[in-house]
Amino acid sequence: MIGTGILKGMAVTARNFVGSYFDKERLITVQYPEERIPLPENYRNFPFLIYDGNDSHAGLRCVACKICEKECPPQCIYIVKSQDKKPDYMGKPQFYPKVFDIDISVCMSCQICVEVCPFEAIKMDKEFELSQRERFDHLLLRKEQLSKSNEYYHKIHPVEAATVDKGLADAATAAEAKKRAAAEAAAKAAAAKAAAAAAAKAKPAADAPSPSPGSS
Amino acid sequence: MESLGEIKSRIEAAVFGAKIEIMQNGSPSQQHSLLIDNEHAVAVARFLRVDPALYLDFCSNVTGVDWLDRVVKKTTKVKKIVDGQEKEVVETSEEKIPGYLEAVYHLYSITHKHGPVIIRMRTSDRADGTHLPSLTPVWRSAEFQEREIFDLYGIRFGGHPDLRRILMWDEFENYPMRKDYHEPDDYEWEPTPHDDVMEKAKVHYPPRPEMDGAEKITSQP
Amino acid sequence: MSAVVETIEAMERPPLSMGSRLEGELLEVSMGPQHPSTHGVFRMNVALDGEIVRKLKPVFGYLHRNHEKIGENTSYLGSMPYTDRLDYFCSMTNNWAYALSVEKLAGIEVPERAEYLRVILAELTRLQNHASLLGFLLSDMGAWGTPLMYAFREREKILDLFESLAGSRMMCDYMRFGGCRVDASEEWLAGAQQIVDRFPKFLDEFEELILGNEIVIGRTQNVGKLSAELAVNAGITGPMLRACGVNYDIRKIDCYGFYPRFKFRIPLGEHGDTYDRLMMRALEMRESVEILKQAFAQIAPGPIVNPKVKVRAFRPPVGEAYGRIEGPKGELGFYLISDGAPNPYRYRVRPPSFINLTVLEDLCLGHTVADVMVILGSIDIVMGEVDR
Repeated sequence: MIGTGILKGMAVTARNFVGSYFDKERLITVQYPEERIPLPENYRNFPFLIYDGNDSHAGLRCVACKICEKECPPQCIYIVKSQDKKPDYMGKPQFYPKVFDIDISVCMSCQICVEVCPFEAIKMDKEFELSQRERFDHLLLRKEQLSKSNEYYHKIHPVEAATVDKGLADAATAAEAKKRAAAEAAAKAAAAKAAAAAAAKAKPAADAPSPSPGSS
Repeated sequence: MESLGEIKSRIEAAVFGAKIEIMQNGSPSQQHSLLIDNEHAVAVARFLRVDPALYLDFCSNVTGVDWLDRVVKKTTKVKKIVDGQEKEVVETSEEKIPGYLEAVYHLYSITHKHGPVIIRMRTSDRADGTHLPSLTPVWRSAEFQEREIFDLYGIRFGGHPDLRRILMWDEFENYPMRKDYHEPDDYEWEPTPHDDVMEKAKVHYPPRPEMDGAEKITSQP
Repeated sequence: MSAVVETIEAMERPPLSMGSRLEGELLEVSMGPQHPSTHGVFRMNVALDGEIVRKLKPVFGYLHRNHEKIGENTSYLGSMPYTDRLDYFCSMTNNWAYALSVEKLAGIEVPERAEYLRVILAELTRLQNHASLLGFLLSDMGAWGTPLMYAFREREKILDLFESLAGSRMMCDYMRFGGCRVDASEEWLAGAQQIVDRFPKFLDEFEELILGNEIVIGRTQNVGKLSAELAVNAGITGPMLRACGVNYDIRKIDCYGFYPRFKFRIPLGEHGDTYDRLMMRALEMRESVEILKQAFAQIAPGPIVNPKVKVRAFRPPVGEAYGRIEGPKGELGFYLISDGAPNPYRYRVRPPSFINLTVLEDLCLGHTVADVMVILGSIDIVMGEVDR
């Protein structure tokens, strides 16, 4: 009978419609913004800079090496290096960025800047409700807006932040161990040198004719 | 599938006067190509398509390439007499290769399920001699792709049924994909703080009244 | 920048075989760039005799971003996010095609687990692409979005999978040269397996909704018949070619990736009309489910990226390479010429949608305006790929 195909299709629609009252699977609309689905851990949308501790200037991890600026495909990062240095988390004095701007009307969230950063200073944020009323000025994020604390990073990406912290801690202990080993080796070398000098001084004294045995 | 050398000899036997060269490819992909001359290109293409052993009936990809004037440095070891002794001296010679445009065709066979056989055609230069024969009568898939090469590189394909610009608008001048293409600097610009495009474009426009306060943004906060 | 409408010279008087005594000239209509059914900014200049199409010239370039020039000015790694945006429905397969070409150019090997992940993601992409296509085609025919929402319900599940793995639903930027960027956890694989296990039930329901419908059958059968000879000569690839009965699937021919390890069939059509092209997509979805089941069974833990590949300052050797995959729309190929610099010398995308449009005029001649939309929908074009 002609029309059975259409009737079967209508039966499918009817089944879905009635079923949506009973089965959660069939009712898939999320009433945003009253309901929000939690974002997965790996979700990424626009980068931000991390600082350790409470001071966003002193704890900033970025050392203005400009690698992210060079690798960024649409060239949306703009960095100006500072003239002076400040100590980083291991105590070494490093440059810091005087100006760090990201133009989020250009950024495509490809996270290549995160991949190439050697200092774990820039990571991906999860903020997507970023619409502004001014088109040109407010879509340029400056260093102050971009700097967020390490606790914030732990909150949005717990697994990733734990890995990063572990990596940094391991690097710090490895550096410590290396420093200690170097110091020990230096001390040993100094002691050996002192002993050799003492032995050299004692030698001419021992060469002098002195029949005293067992002089130590 | 036969090797490129065999294909070359069979083409030269079948098409009288065809001059084929094998271009080596240095990368691990080992996809060497055949350089065919422009006069006999259509005959060679027809042979490749109907030959029972090859039967390359599927032209997969047609690409245009722009090669600028290049200087290639070659180093050779030459035996020379220096200070009364015969020594091997390294001599460098420079070879100037004039620029040209190229069209590269990747051919596969659907019947025999082999490929690719890559053929190339070169123009004589980049200015007036940018003519190539069109292979659209042989493989229809080249129709849109040759139009695109004409649009973006400026190679004129003789014998193409409908040669006009395809991606750019019809009155566009110049050929965007060429290496020496110079962008026009009077784009309609919108202020962004770190953009040299904006600096170039500003020269062409009178000072505008305030655009959402955008005129005031600078790279310094 | 206004485009001059390509004037179409009027043909001779149309024959009176339609029984009509009315004479007239051809009406030139621009089925313009803004149209809900043209799958993006696509324009067709048609010359109509009443309702019958006498001539059709496609006009595109409205989304032309000169992706190939950007590729010449960006490093190899930096071009990877741009390939997402070519065919924006299938970003994973675009990434794979580009990564495959660079790996061919530089001779890089890919570890096992990465290959399995690539196959899993490519087949998931194929599933959601074909489902969306069927939904969009039905919307074009006037089904006002109901089949589209059914397709999108499943597509959302797959996109949620992509989001939890790669970080983004559509612009995944997931493949790297020599492997993948992020490893898939066991929970992710279990979740994906659950979705794939429930897919055949969705397919049964979807086919019952669409493919038995008399309106669909009446509008798509014997419409837009494509002969196998013309298809091969015109460079058509993908489901459109297989609908004409030509057995050519690059997964089986080139044997890239780990496809030789999976058993799957290739559906072929008989008539080459629009209904066959629809059925191709429905049947291919079932085969993709088979491949996915086998891939989930075979995947094993291991490294996901080749450690010898440098991320920054990646310089492949001098030479060229052409790598291609069977994307959901056809043969997607990348042709790269390298001169040893960090940027490619020539970066070319072989876009399947662009080349599949070669035969649009041939398919539409003699059909009505309503059929033009149906035929265009069945070719499956995405303007991001046509224009690049």
